[in-house]
Amino acid sequence: MNAPAYYLPAGLPRPVPEPDGLDAPYWEGTRAGELRIQRCRACRGWQWGPEWICHHCLAFDLEWTAVEPRGKIYSWERAHHPVHPALRGHAPYVVVLVELPHAGNVRMIGNLLGDPMQAVQIDAPVEAVFEAHDDATPPFTLVHWRATR
Amino acid sequence: MRNVVPESERLGPSARSIRGRVAIVGVGETAYYKHGQAPEPEVKLALQAILAACADAGLDPRAIDGFASYSNDRNDPSRLAAALGIPELRFSNMQWGGGGGGGSAAVGNAAAAIAAGYADCVVVFRALAQGQFQRFGAAPPAATASGEAALTFPYGLISPAQRFAMRVMRFMRDHGIGPGAQRAIALASYHHAQNNPRAVMHGRPLTPDAYDQSRWIVEPFRLFDCCMENDGAAALILVSAERARDMRQRPAYLLGVAQGSEYRNAARGHNAPTYASSSFTTVAPHLYAMAGVMPKDVSVVQSYENFTGGVLMSLVEHDFFTADEANEFLTLDNLIAPSGRLPLNTSGGNLAECYMHGLELQIEAVRQLRGQSSNPVPGARVAMVISGPMVTPVSSMLIGTGDVL
Repeated sequence: MNAPAYYLPAGLPRPVPEPDGLDAPYWEGTRAGELRIQRCRACRGWQWGPEWICHHCLAFDLEWTAVEPRGKIYSWERAHHPVHPALRGHAPYVVVLVELPHAGNVRMIGNLLGDPMQAVQIDAPVEAVFEAHDDATPPFTLVHWRATR
Repeated sequence: MRNVVPESERLGPSARSIRGRVAIVGVGETAYYKHGQAPEPEVKLALQAILAACADAGLDPRAIDGFASYSNDRNDPSRLAAALGIPELRFSNMQWGGGGGGGSAAVGNAAAAIAAGYADCVVVFRALAQGQFQRFGAAPPAATASGEAALTFPYGLISPAQRFAMRVMRFMRDHGIGPGAQRAIALASYHHAQNNPRAVMHGRPLTPDAYDQSRWIVEPFRLFDCCMENDGAAALILVSAERARDMRQRPAYLLGVAQGSEYRNAARGHNAPTYASSSFTTVAPHLYAMAGVMPKDVSVVQSYENFTGGVLMSLVEHDFFTADEANEFLTLDNLIAPSGRLPLNTSGGNLAECYMHGLELQIEAVRQLRGQSSNPVPGARVAMVISGPMVTPVSSMLIGTGDVL
């Protein structure tokens, strides 16, 4: 059986929920193919990254809402220098910061799939691609992005 | 243009301000080394720098009664005080936050302690021996990531350069800033280092071609846009303005210090609302208001280079020019002593003197006011130091000669 093809090779730090459980619903959501973001039940404000309190109205009453996994590129970078042993021989790669206009303009970080030397345009539309690492212990799923037209 | 309070409207003498109340009277450093090459342990470097600053001030080290540092310096004031035989420890202060953002804030905290009467003679110090400890620019050797790191590390967004590149990318795109702006900042530091025998890059000039041909670390940063990593230690001695007047060196008076960051700057996963920023948009107006000076009054600027793009945004946010003027303003000729429009990083700074986590910048600012810089700006009366762009909290400070007060 071939090793699964991931955008970046295995060996980078694996994401695990925080010990206090704050972001566990996010990571559970990615396993289910959902992009879940905090939303305040009291004021309906969106919030990302996760926190225990709503920064809009200060209610401790946040729920996790699955949002449409589409957005636009807010900024990007192309990494060339391998800062981790697992990245040696795998540069360059592209990291994008994606804004979700339909969810309070919160931003998500991921890799931009495709040619690592592709021209990247700020404001270009993108959609999420869920990359399941079922072979990891414990398993996790990353959220990448792909240009759409 | 943001709200910079003119001199006529500045805080009056009864207002809460550090202006003119405290002075830097001694500066000192160890030899500076490439990272991992210090022949001494980190704590010994710290002690050597403190003694050097005391010698410069003409002060018995036993006169120190307070310590201030930043970025979780590993050298605990209680240990240093015991090692130095200090009769009475009265003030121990650590500025929260990583990177070099706390460099000016630590000076401000030390000065506040003196003004408040908590201590009489406070040393601000920073020591780094990265051979002994983890390097900044390499990934920590962890198998898992949680919290903020879980949102970034699995995507290969790990190092400080990678953490900040997207801020700069967005800023440069929004304002049509070309690669020449970052290049000029790098060239200025290397230019100044050639006259500074302390500089790690002394004798190693940088040409525009060598900059252009250097490898990408992470776009938009090339190799020479990134600070060095070094070993060494640096220290500054602060006392009250009254006491400073009778000391050996010409005092460098604090005019103002400000620290902090914008609304929700630390929102996780790169969700700072003011993202394309060096984090100074709210801090800089406080600095100018307290100091009672305008950008045009500043003779020389030392601006922390973690990455040149951070300097670019710092200078814009301190109102030296607008973002839309950056391409035109940021040329080598404009940035070099003695006669540039805004002499910048005149010791070589983090890029070419030493990455002493920025505290070498405070020392250079003091030397400029004394006329002791290796790249002197003639008649320098007001010097600015900008600490740690793009982190939170950041900080910046203004110092001046006695005739500015």
